[in-house]
Amino acid sequence: MIITTILNIVIGGLIMGGIYAIISMGLSIQYGVARILNVSHGEIIMFGALLTWALQSSGVHPMLALLIGCPAAFIVGFVLHRTIYKRLKDISPTQGAFEGNAMLVSFGIMYVLANIAMMIWGNQQKGYSFMAYAVNFAGTSIPVNRLFVLVIALIVSVLFYLFLTRSRLGKSIRAASQDATAAMMMGVKINRVAAICFGIGAVLAAIAGALISMIYQVNTTIGLGYTVIAIIVVVLGGMGSVPGSMLGGFILGFIGSAVSYKDPSLSMVAYYLIIMVLLLVKPKGLLGR
Amino acid sequence: MPILEAKGLNKHFGGLTAVSQVDFHVDEGEILGLIGPNGAGKTTLFNLISGAIPMDSGTVIFKGTKISGLTPNKICRLGIGRSFQAAKNFAGMPVRQNVLMGALFGQKGQSYAQAAKITEEVLDFVGLAEQADKMVPDIPLAHQKRVEVARALATRPSLLLLDEMMAGLNPAEVDEAMALVTKIRQSGISIIMIEHVMKAIMNICDRIVVLHHGAKLAEGTPSEISASKAVIEVYLGEALS
Amino acid sequence: MKILNKIKYPLVMLAFVALLAVSPIFNSSDYYIRQMSSIIMFMVVSLSWTIFSAPTGYISLATAAFYGVGIYFTAFLGEYLPLPVLMLLAGLISFVLAFLVGAITLRLRGVYFTIFTFGLVELLKNVVLWAEIKYSHTRGRFVASFPPMTVFYCILGTLVVVMILAYIIKRSRFGYALVSIGESEDAAAHIGINTTMVKILAFAVSSFAMGAVGAAMATRWNYIDPPIAFNATMSFMPVLMAIFGGMSNMAGPLIGAAVFAYLQEILITSPAVGKTYMLIFGAVMVVAILFLPNGLTGVVNKLRKTRKGAEGSHAHTGS
Repeated sequence: MIITTILNIVIGGLIMGGIYAIISMGLSIQYGVARILNVSHGEIIMFGALLTWALQSSGVHPMLALLIGCPAAFIVGFVLHRTIYKRLKDISPTQGAFEGNAMLVSFGIMYVLANIAMMIWGNQQKGYSFMAYAVNFAGTSIPVNRLFVLVIALIVSVLFYLFLTRSRLGKSIRAASQDATAAMMMGVKINRVAAICFGIGAVLAAIAGALISMIYQVNTTIGLGYTVIAIIVVVLGGMGSVPGSMLGGFILGFIGSAVSYKDPSLSMVAYYLIIMVLLLVKPKGLLGR
Repeated sequence: MPILEAKGLNKHFGGLTAVSQVDFHVDEGEILGLIGPNGAGKTTLFNLISGAIPMDSGTVIFKGTKISGLTPNKICRLGIGRSFQAAKNFAGMPVRQNVLMGALFGQKGQSYAQAAKITEEVLDFVGLAEQADKMVPDIPLAHQKRVEVARALATRPSLLLLDEMMAGLNPAEVDEAMALVTKIRQSGISIIMIEHVMKAIMNICDRIVVLHHGAKLAEGTPSEISASKAVIEVYLGEALS
Repeated sequence: MKILNKIKYPLVMLAFVALLAVSPIFNSSDYYIRQMSSIIMFMVVSLSWTIFSAPTGYISLATAAFYGVGIYFTAFLGEYLPLPVLMLLAGLISFVLAFLVGAITLRLRGVYFTIFTFGLVELLKNVVLWAEIKYSHTRGRFVASFPPMTVFYCILGTLVVVMILAYIIKRSRFGYALVSIGESEDAAAHIGINTTMVKILAFAVSSFAMGAVGAAMATRWNYIDPPIAFNATMSFMPVLMAIFGGMSNMAGPLIGAAVFAYLQEILITSPAVGKTYMLIFGAVMVVAILFLPNGLTGVVNKLRKTRKGAEGSHAHTGS
């Protein structure tokens, strides 16, 4: 039935979109202020997913794991920035050199994290059952866990957006990402804000990972794939624009959902075609500056 | 005879208008000064002429050829050279090699021998012969600025765009720079110079164009400009002579 | 004496290659041949990588893409063509692919280029996987095998080609243009360099050997599938090797390659580390960037300079 198909695609799109939005906003905020293209972003997502699974198999409810994971992720991100990236900033001769080096360093960190995970958990699929019952809606049966993830993803996205636009810290962050020198002159402590943003990015990644584990099977190799998707969304939405990442996340989510319906293995291909066309036509992205 | 004619140049960045409906021309053999408060659009104007950024609308005609829309390397080959406000010297190379790059690539099909010859000539001309083997960051600021000019001269331009060549120089160095600019014009090269150092502008420019908020505020000889009420207002009491 | 100085470097390189070429006389075990093939392959790939990425500063993470293309080329046509021909054709395909990718992404600045090259590996992996499943109804392929000696000499030959190429380019007008672009792309464009074309060409040239050795190394697997062929680690390794070894001269990437290729062999077979050896390499990458900005040969150069004292500044951008 057409309505069922459309409904499935829409719900799938919202779920994927919500998750993509979260991971991309996380990456975007790290790039926007700290100017770090964090290739290890996906590994935090992976850790979020696997730690949730691990905790869950010891009887901890996934939502609780999510709540515990947030401050933990923040600390990891914050410390990483303070120790490694800040030193990198101090020793890089130019901004361009810093961005290049930061990306390469994050590449190294990616391998460290991925392999630590592999040492702990091996590389088989892990999954667990969470809210696996279904409800009926407009003639189709939808698993409750998917609805749950959808709702949480939307809430997190909106909350984050509000944080950025309404809160004082959020405004400092936006000022710093627009013009670091001007923000510094207005009293914003750039280095601290950069470290905070890196931490926030890690938190968003961890949340996304936890949500992913609730509805999909996960393993220690999923990191890179999500990093690539996040990068595509960030470029699509405009580098440095967090609202752009949110918008881009949902757009890509819907496209992915629609394409997956036809042929799941084509979704990645579709994403790439989009980004290729985009880089040719409007490299600044949808909302880029 | 104008060597360069710019008509209706427009450029905005997002919501910000950087250059708005600017018309001006440069006569052959003339030194044209380009002044205006910070943010007036002077460097953007240079970027439009040299092809560094695309213009929203307008045309630039150089020696009878339309150059608006061409890439910087093509415009360089046609005969426009340029220095940058934030010095873009090749810091990892000695002075001589910086200039050599200009000589080698500035015109089509230069042999190494020809380029080397041009390099030595230019180094002598700008007075950098003694510093030629030193690395650019190791020489005084005034000389560093000259390296960029030398590199641009090595491309054998007919028109030279100088962007704040005298910023950060002490009065003695300014005098030397002024002498160099005059010498360049005497060798047959037309010049547009962006400057904040009024002594230089007033003394060596044949004509001056004043930009303000991206639009042309005034145009005329140094005495006309220093007498212009509009210009004086904009500069609010800054000494104009 | 000036002439001796000039040819000192090429002579050393020549001697090195000659030594490698005759080494099978002393040790013709299969293990040694395969081991050396792998090490020399990494030398080829990291030296190739530096041809474009070192002077310009544009970090390419597409190495695995071209290498994978080479692997698949042999997987498809390994039965029908001799190895040198396979390598040549795979190299040409990589060249064309790099030219196209470069034409799309090199008109934009550094970070976008790196992003796209990073994604290219994943893209090819997914496209090939989809195409294989849809059209060949298979996930992987079997690969024809070639005698290890043949592979060894073909790869060594490629190293010679790349060394000559790198040497010539560095001293040519093209090489100067690349360095100028790396120093200041704006200034380079304004002195008459067609920066876009130069970048695209250099990128394409650097990819040739990557595809070629990929075609040769394909034979070390009996069976390949997209994840094996298009493995991001192959993009990471040359960067690690070049950074660690240093990029100011030709020896740096070669030394870096030798060190890590050998280290990989030791670690992967050690019971303690095994498959997680990349953890160490990742950590080394981070440490190298933070503490060894000019790599190992940079440290050596620095030591040499402080010992020589006031010998004057190094006269050019690289030897």
